[in-house]
Amino acid sequence: MNPASLVTTSYLGAIVLFILSLGGLSSPETARRGNVYGIIGMAVAIAATVLGPQVTMRGLPYLICAVLVGGSIGLVAARRIKMTQMPELVALMHSLVGLAACLIGFVSYFSHAESASTAVGAGSTILKVEIYIGVLIGAVTFSGSLIAFGKLAGKIGGKPLLLPARHWINLACLLLVIWLAVDFVQADGAAQGLIPLLIMTALALLLGVHMVMAIGGADMPVVVSMLNSYSGWAATATGFTLSNDLLIVTGALVGSSGAILSSIMCKAMNRNFLSVIAGGFGTGGVAVQGEHAAIAGEVTAISAEDTAGLLKEAKSVIIVPGYGMAVAQAQHTVWEITAMLRERGVKVRFGIHPVAGRMPGHMNVLLAEAKVPYDIVMEMDEINHDFPDTDVAIVIGANDIVNPAAEDDPTSPIAGMPVLQVWKARCAIVMKRSMASGYAGVDNPLFYRDNTRMLFGDAKKMLDEVLLALKK
Amino acid sequence: MALTVGIPKEIFPDEKRVAASPEMVAKLIALGFPVLMETQAGALANMPDEVFRAAGARIAASPQQVWQEADLIFKVRAPSQAEVALMKEGATLISFIWPAQNADLMAALSAKRATVLAMDCIPRISRAQKCDALSSMANIAGYRAVIEAANQFGRFFTGQITAAGKVPPTKVFVIGAGVAGLAALGTAVSLGAVVRASDTRQEVADQIKSMGAEFVGVNYEEEGSGGGGYAKVMSEGYQQAQRQVFAEQAADVDIIITTALIPGKPAPRLITTEMVQSMRPGSVIVDLAAEQGGNCELTVPGEVVVRHDVTIIGYTDLPSRLARQSSTLYATNLLRLTEELCKAKDGALLVNMDDEMIRGATVLKEGTVTWPPPAIKPAPVPAKPTPDAAATAPQAKAAAAKKPASRRGPVIFGGVAALLLWLVGSFAPTELLEHFTVFILACFVGYMVVWNVTASLHTPLMSVTNAISSIIAIGAMTQISPALGSSAAPASSLMFALAVAAIVLTAVNMFGGFAVTGRMLAMFRKQG
Repeated sequence: MNPASLVTTSYLGAIVLFILSLGGLSSPETARRGNVYGIIGMAVAIAATVLGPQVTMRGLPYLICAVLVGGSIGLVAARRIKMTQMPELVALMHSLVGLAACLIGFVSYFSHAESASTAVGAGSTILKVEIYIGVLIGAVTFSGSLIAFGKLAGKIGGKPLLLPARHWINLACLLLVIWLAVDFVQADGAAQGLIPLLIMTALALLLGVHMVMAIGGADMPVVVSMLNSYSGWAATATGFTLSNDLLIVTGALVGSSGAILSSIMCKAMNRNFLSVIAGGFGTGGVAVQGEHAAIAGEVTAISAEDTAGLLKEAKSVIIVPGYGMAVAQAQHTVWEITAMLRERGVKVRFGIHPVAGRMPGHMNVLLAEAKVPYDIVMEMDEINHDFPDTDVAIVIGANDIVNPAAEDDPTSPIAGMPVLQVWKARCAIVMKRSMASGYAGVDNPLFYRDNTRMLFGDAKKMLDEVLLALKK
Repeated sequence: MALTVGIPKEIFPDEKRVAASPEMVAKLIALGFPVLMETQAGALANMPDEVFRAAGARIAASPQQVWQEADLIFKVRAPSQAEVALMKEGATLISFIWPAQNADLMAALSAKRATVLAMDCIPRISRAQKCDALSSMANIAGYRAVIEAANQFGRFFTGQITAAGKVPPTKVFVIGAGVAGLAALGTAVSLGAVVRASDTRQEVADQIKSMGAEFVGVNYEEEGSGGGGYAKVMSEGYQQAQRQVFAEQAADVDIIITTALIPGKPAPRLITTEMVQSMRPGSVIVDLAAEQGGNCELTVPGEVVVRHDVTIIGYTDLPSRLARQSSTLYATNLLRLTEELCKAKDGALLVNMDDEMIRGATVLKEGTVTWPPPAIKPAPVPAKPTPDAAATAPQAKAAAAKKPASRRGPVIFGGVAALLLWLVGSFAPTELLEHFTVFILACFVGYMVVWNVTASLHTPLMSVTNAISSIIAIGAMTQISPALGSSAAPASSLMFALAVAAIVLTAVNMFGGFAVTGRMLAMFRKQG
């Protein structure tokens, strides 16, 4: 019996389980099974590694301690986290993967340097390049995710930081990184190679910070999924360094998943992926905001009682939640209202825009937390043509995703972005704290439509009042 | 000084409507306008003088008194030359006018230096809907068309199974789904008929379905929307296909209601004599376009005729046949327009020609002809900002640059990929190539699998992939033992520390990621 072969076959099993895990997420019915597959796959892979020839009895206690410490921190964090904080948590976790990839890259470098005499020629060069790339991606993921976490948690302002000549800075960084790579590969001995590696790490960290700082709050779903992708590529690069197929495959799965998510998010905002990465959104919006502010027409306010009255008389209602609902933690009240209306025989459904919130699928998770059955939660394309038959559309703390200017006004910075056509409903009620514009910095003509009523105030507070009025 | 509103009795033969309702009179007085009504003005609409007097109006004994005292006249039908002769110099008139058909009337009004707002010229913009008398009258005409048809038709509308036998439901076919058509099909549906409707404008199909009727499409590719929500003249090929559909329907249905109108054109002839002949005896056609010549070849405007055993109703006064209702709605339209003209609520008029709605409705201003108005902006979006040249230029450039790039993209990508493959192939050792193969295949597997993930599960997808990416821990694990084992090397303690740190970090991720995914997924639940 060859232990090394056994490890390889176990890895193969883990790979299949990971693929099944992602496949399971295709529908909510099988998703839980998918998560279980993922856990089993991970357990198999770790068990095989620990019991395999590469881990000796001497290292085992340290390994177990490290897993226990990290694992308990992770479990506690997962328990404590509020569903509205999911985007922050995910961003933070991405940074951990990035940092780990970085550390492993350094360890690989040291061990490579020790045994440098044995490996020569192309093999050594390629190994060095692999280490270099692994550390680079890891460092960018780490610092970028930390900044994304800061932005999502509100610790750093959401406005894009736009340095002058930022594209040149990025380009200069990139060229410097390549030049250092040449330096690194040609270096002899551990100490000599370490200098360019460290400088590059510092540069990569700066690059990650700068890249995410330049991206505005509205583009956060793209950034989070992009970092998700990077963390996968970091794992792949590590896999190449260590000649480990399991890492390569898993990293590639994660990397392509993140890449697909980013592209879906970009499509949902009608934006080019490169332009999201290279420069902050809202740059065009800020410039034309002044002119847009001159939209003619009157804003009609409505009270919570009247809203309740409208809802009572409606036959069909579509609720469009946005980031405002997440901020106000109003999802439970929304469900209570929904349940009450459904008891009265009102057809209530939810319309979810792909980029509503700060992370792909953010709204779905919040509604699921509030126990809203997922079969009344619709995607934009499923529900958009139903608005003309809808009596009341309620927009809760959303702005850009329901902006008719995206369809009507070719000069609008968000022109061409697919939006939920709430204005086609017989009446649209928009819940908002004030008349301030959304993240895109664009005024919203929806608020001035004849069939739009504005319900001003904190979403949670106003919805509570609506609920109270409904109970009467 | 406050202006007096005068409301004369309609003198057009058989016109029962009046341009007033008691509620509207009370509100006009609240706006600061004294109201003077001709005696018996509302009598035919079941609104006697007393109710208007109770609302605060003065009752004038003769039409002369109304026309001569009033500064602002409300009417339903366009005034006759005799009425214009009585009118006060420089007064304001709000009424249906049809300026295109009534050139003489326009000249006479112009001679009186009158300001005239035509209710038929209110632009079709969403802001003006409250004043849109054409729509409110069309709504009534559609309803009444069904009632007239039911009156002439010898059967129930709704299907019934009774002890005395089975009754099939009446089939109604509505041509043209404008306001009148939609009102007609709604009424017919609520009476229990099986209703189908057809329109050249594809976009109204949903509206038809929403009213509970079936949309009958014409299988021919052409867009029938002619701007401003109206239909346009269709091509010969389309008309051919359309006639075939109508012929099939005519042979099948019991009642046809036609409402097809094209602005400024005679009504299209849609129902031919042969189609009428193919209908069952006792069937009914209501032609709402009778006044513009009729959609049916056999229609006689203003009359009910029986041709080939089919009753053809060509009434041109359907709103007047529901006089109380149409007077009330029309009066409200007038009131809303007056409110727009008198924003200060001081009993004075301000004809603001910068207001798109008022500009459209005003056909004469102090004797000067202001009809037709300049074309309305195509989209009803208020106040489009004048695009800043500096702001749009880069956008345009970006758009221009984008197109060729999208075609160049795959080529560049293919080239780069080929170059990379060549580089790897020429320099890399075989071992790397094996890993490389695995890597590329895994990317494709990931690509295929992830596209199947539903949008609602994107957050769990991210957290589960994040948890899975902590597989990187395995790398750190394999590094711990060598670091400990070769204690001779100086870097090993550092290596050991780094590897342990990496394991801790990934373990946080691994356990936390799976746990939080599990928590999220547990919340997704189905109904019940």
